[in-house]
Amino acid sequence: MNKYALTEDQVMIQELAKKFADEVVAETVTDLDRRHAFPVEEVKQCGEMGFMGICVPEEYGGAGMDHLSDILVMEQIARHSSSLASIIDAHASLGSTPILLAGTEEQKKKYLVPAATGEALCAFALTEPQSGSDAGQIRTKAVLEGEEWVINGTKAFITNSTYASTFLVAAKTDLEAKGSRGISVFIVPAGTPGLEVGKPEEKMSNHSSYSCPLTFTDVRIPRENLLGELNRGFPLFMKCVDSGRVAISAVAVGMAQGVLERAARYSKERVTFGKPICENQAIAFKLAEMATEIEVARAMLYNTARLSDSGLPFSTEATMTKMFCSEMCVRVCDMGLQIMGGYGLCDEYQVERMYRDAKLLTIGEGTSEICRMVVGRAVLKEY
Amino acid sequence: MNILVCVKQVPDTTEIKIDPVTNTLIRAGVPSIVNPFDAYALEIAARIKDTMPDTRITLLSMGPPQAEAALKECLAVGGDQAYLVSDRAFGGADTLATSYTLKCAIDKLEELNGAFDLIFCGKQAIDGDTAQVGPEIAEHMDCPQITYGVEAKVEGDEVLVKRETGEGYEILAAKLPCVITVTKPSFNPRFPTIKSKMAANRARITTLAASDLPVDSTRIGLKGSPTKVKKSFTPPQKQGGVTIAEETCEASARKLFELLNTAHVI
Repeated sequence: MNKYALTEDQVMIQELAKKFADEVVAETVTDLDRRHAFPVEEVKQCGEMGFMGICVPEEYGGAGMDHLSDILVMEQIARHSSSLASIIDAHASLGSTPILLAGTEEQKKKYLVPAATGEALCAFALTEPQSGSDAGQIRTKAVLEGEEWVINGTKAFITNSTYASTFLVAAKTDLEAKGSRGISVFIVPAGTPGLEVGKPEEKMSNHSSYSCPLTFTDVRIPRENLLGELNRGFPLFMKCVDSGRVAISAVAVGMAQGVLERAARYSKERVTFGKPICENQAIAFKLAEMATEIEVARAMLYNTARLSDSGLPFSTEATMTKMFCSEMCVRVCDMGLQIMGGYGLCDEYQVERMYRDAKLLTIGEGTSEICRMVVGRAVLKEY
Repeated sequence: MNILVCVKQVPDTTEIKIDPVTNTLIRAGVPSIVNPFDAYALEIAARIKDTMPDTRITLLSMGPPQAEAALKECLAVGGDQAYLVSDRAFGGADTLATSYTLKCAIDKLEELNGAFDLIFCGKQAIDGDTAQVGPEIAEHMDCPQITYGVEAKVEGDEVLVKRETGEGYEILAAKLPCVITVTKPSFNPRFPTIKSKMAANRARITTLAASDLPVDSTRIGLKGSPTKVKKSFTPPQKQGGVTIAEETCEASARKLFELLNTAHVI
């Protein structure tokens, strides 16, 4: 049923993603998570199907679809795997969007095309051990020596690093400039001498999506690997963070939906005191709250995606959506797990994984607190 | 290769419910899908196309206008063009009338697109479960047929088919053209891509009516169907049996005796 007034193409891509998620992703997700294994096969299949470059124009190897289509796919995949959805988000929203927005024709041919077809996985390297939320404080620097940029520094929590072919690296190019000024973005191919990918962090959430430290020791790349304007990197990646926040919101809505489906099913099957537990209001009310929370979040999410598709500003709305959807997902996971009782704690029932994964969403791509700062600033500016 | 794949749109359920009054299938509220065995047949054809890129796959279905949806699904995963045989005059056809009609459609398509080298069908449709239409097409065409195939490979003017039997597998070779019916192979049908799915949704499907085909009107539809359904009923569920396979026949016999004895049968 098309209750969100989606276009024919959007319904088609949503159905395609649902089929893939239900038949392929759902089969392997628990095992991959247990083994902390990267979903190599699933990522490859996403590439073949066109999910790695949904918003990239067809001339650059993508599917040339709108932002809402991308959201629908992320949502379906996240119904089963937050890890896989996050890999795609880091690759597409953060890793390849900057090339699409600021790349030269040559850079697009060389790096965007293989990214959009899924042949080359991208990683976006901004965060550093001492600077996460205050992205302007990065210390990695790039110095021009003849025809080469020489990069030195350390990055932290970089998603996709182990399997990435292309890194987009933010580095300070004007050491005198204050705050977020004087930062530029560079394209660094994996395997460039001096670039070392560290061991993935052992983290609570997203076991199958790797976040690694990176060290740059005199990493030399050709001059033409500067992406966009010199010293104008910060505004460029802030634009990508906006679409990244919408994508993260889709992960939150999809995961919450996955929890609702599992908890509702369980509540009909589980019999206590002679009747299915869903016949108790204590359970039915929780399901009602969960479904309503998801409905609110989804309406907000689709509206934000439609703003973006209409070419209207959506930065504040993206931040509001990210803040609301990620926190909603944590609440829904909590209620869902409570409904499932002891079985909810067992990994076979999958909701414990989603409960762990949900927490990442209130932290990655702008913590809830940073989101409130951004939204607060926008509110005070408006009124 | 010029390949034809016959597909049928069926209700998405393996547990078809029968209306106790009319004794016909209840189709209301049941979503339609491509018959799974036909999807396997298409996948095997698509795998031939993967290795022989100049292959063209034509899809053919017979059914009501909504069967277009099934053909579009198939166009997204390997089909190049699709035809739907649809006319009230074909309604009520049994397998003989259906296979005759399809054979006439194949004659028409061969006139338009050249002779087919291979014709694939699912081994049976999950709604009727007769497994007759594929073999009957081969008979009408007077060409070799290999049933229950799970893999197929073309070598020269022959096709090599791995077919499933009750005991194991056989590899058979047949001269082209050949009709192959397909059962569940060890692989799943491929997924469409965003692009192939969009192209399939926009594709035009040619409908062939009775007047478009060189058919004998006495051999189609209800009139052309010698099979009459006298009665349909739901048989009682069989109880699960026990397999006795001890190391020696003697031990098996002893085990059987013990079981029968305990059950007070003997």
